[in-house]
Amino acid sequence: MTRPTIRDQRAFASGALFLAFAIFFFVTALNYPAGTAARMGPGYFPRLLAIALAAIGLAVMLGAVRRTAQRQASQSWDINGLAWVTGSVVLFACLLFPLGLVGALFVLIVVSSRASPEFTWTGALANAAVLIALCLLVFVYGLGLKLPVWPALLD
Amino acid sequence: MDLFHNLAIGFSTAAQPANLLYAFLGCLLGTLIGVLPGLGPLATIAMLLPITYALQPDSALIMLAGIYYGAQYGGSTTAIVVNLPGESSSVVTTIDGYQMAKQGRAGVALSTAAIGSFFAGCVATLALAALAGPLTATALLFGPKEFFALMILGLILASVLSSGPFIEGIGMVVVGMLLSLVGTDLSTGTQRFAFGIPQLFDGLDFVPLAMGIFGFAEIVKNLEQDDKLSLVTQKIANLFPTREDFRRMIPAMLRGTTLGTLLGVLPGGGAVLSSFASYTLEKKLSKHPEQFGKGAIEGVAGPESANNAGAQTSFIPLLTLGVPSNVVMALMVGAMNIHNIQPGPEVMTKNPTLFWGLIASMWVGNLMLLILNLPLVGLWVKLLTIPYRYLFPAIMVFCSIGVYSINGGTFEVYEAAVFCVFGYVLIKLQLPAAPLLLGLVLGPAIEENFRRAMVLSRGDVSVFLTSPLSATLLAAAGIAVILIMLPTIRSRREEALQE
Repeated sequence: MTRPTIRDQRAFASGALFLAFAIFFFVTALNYPAGTAARMGPGYFPRLLAIALAAIGLAVMLGAVRRTAQRQASQSWDINGLAWVTGSVVLFACLLFPLGLVGALFVLIVVSSRASPEFTWTGALANAAVLIALCLLVFVYGLGLKLPVWPALLD
Repeated sequence: MDLFHNLAIGFSTAAQPANLLYAFLGCLLGTLIGVLPGLGPLATIAMLLPITYALQPDSALIMLAGIYYGAQYGGSTTAIVVNLPGESSSVVTTIDGYQMAKQGRAGVALSTAAIGSFFAGCVATLALAALAGPLTATALLFGPKEFFALMILGLILASVLSSGPFIEGIGMVVVGMLLSLVGTDLSTGTQRFAFGIPQLFDGLDFVPLAMGIFGFAEIVKNLEQDDKLSLVTQKIANLFPTREDFRRMIPAMLRGTTLGTLLGVLPGGGAVLSSFASYTLEKKLSKHPEQFGKGAIEGVAGPESANNAGAQTSFIPLLTLGVPSNVVMALMVGAMNIHNIQPGPEVMTKNPTLFWGLIASMWVGNLMLLILNLPLVGLWVKLLTIPYRYLFPAIMVFCSIGVYSINGGTFEVYEAAVFCVFGYVLIKLQLPAAPLLLGLVLGPAIEENFRRAMVLSRGDVSVFLTSPLSATLLAAAGIAVILIMLPTIRSRREEALQE
């Protein structure tokens, strides 16, 4: 017997993602009472949805190994770009209170700029200067949003 | 007459100096950001949402509606001048609009888009005002089972119209509904899927999720496709269409407007479907179909009128039934919730000035856009020369501050970072994000109506099929599913939805 080959890798991965979500939500929902159809507890609807999603996930995965499925490789990932972009957002959140808006924005702009293949230090620094000034003007002085502007140590 | 009385209430609200100012600001900012490639109405509204927090509810909604139309106009400018659709509803505009621009007729293409949109906007405002009353009256007759059936229909249609295989669209709806369960169960007070994190007790916020997926993840994707902008470098002179142009564009505008007004009302419909349908119709009716794709003015006039009409009438299901028909409307629900307005049939009765003011402001906004865009088009085009490496950090800054300001805490910023990674996974798997967001927004209402209907029927599921109204709505959803499974329709849909 030959093993079924995964013709459509993209669809197969999508189906697997659905199935993983379904299992996660179903298992977690087991902690909540289900109740009956006439008096549903907090666990009834989540279980229903999770079962439906599991069925959809399995159907998508089956469709991907069917002989009629179009061959489709999974796409390559730009892990670097993703890491710079996500990382800069996380850093912004971590640094906002200790460093204040000016410091956190500086880090956000310089780190995220690294995601671009055309990164230059001078460009990033100049961009940071312009954007920080703009944000202070618009958000802090213009709209009066409550944001810590300078590092906590200086207050 | 009622219609005129209501419009009078609306215009007196919309014409207050403060509201005029906010409508103008919304249109201006929306256009500014909408022109930038890769930023559509959704990301624009999400980014600019914090600016509206401090305003009165009616001013805030008027400004958000302005941002929405502005971003759409901006999207067509980008489509015509650089051949890049700013958002999915201007995809078809790139076909003939960019060709016209290459022939030195960019000005005419831009003014055609603007005039068509303005005309469509006027008609759609009237349609909205005329339909709102009867539809709201219908909605008041709806009970839990009818609302449940209506929302199921909306979600099915939204998945039918999203790109990618239908079953994956439905899967994304269910994922969105599961995510919507996070937080306190309203009927029992149980914390679900919150894992003891207090910030999750109120549920996942819509804005960080939308920003993560449509803001941050989109940036990673744009950085990957390193394509250079093909800016039309000639000066944009001569905005005025010739008499011959008018002769060809007016019928297209009329047809596009009609089509868009009708399709926008459909749950799941709106601007995207309208513009595609209009382009197909114009090409079919034209005596010179061979000119399409080579700069036919009908190919700009029809779809641009249709998408504006569709965008505007897509407010109808939201305002009258409380059911958002597309992702931008789902974001409007989020914006309304921030201002403690529950969208649905009660808005019109409880808050007539807000309701009619919003409708009237759409007309005002369309007029402002006409004035704002045609003389200033050169300025907008200049914006396109800013290199992306300077632009995307700016987008990230605005998104991050916007997310932070929802609750004045960093939790939402971390949430957006998580959804950035998730959004990138979706892009790589080519899974559509729009159905996910609709599922997230409609999930709580679907669960609540489902549970209430089941309590009333003592657990008998057949109640959804024995009530005529809910049976009809569910039958329509069933027919949509069967139709999409038919091979011929499936291939035509794939043809129409591919970008």
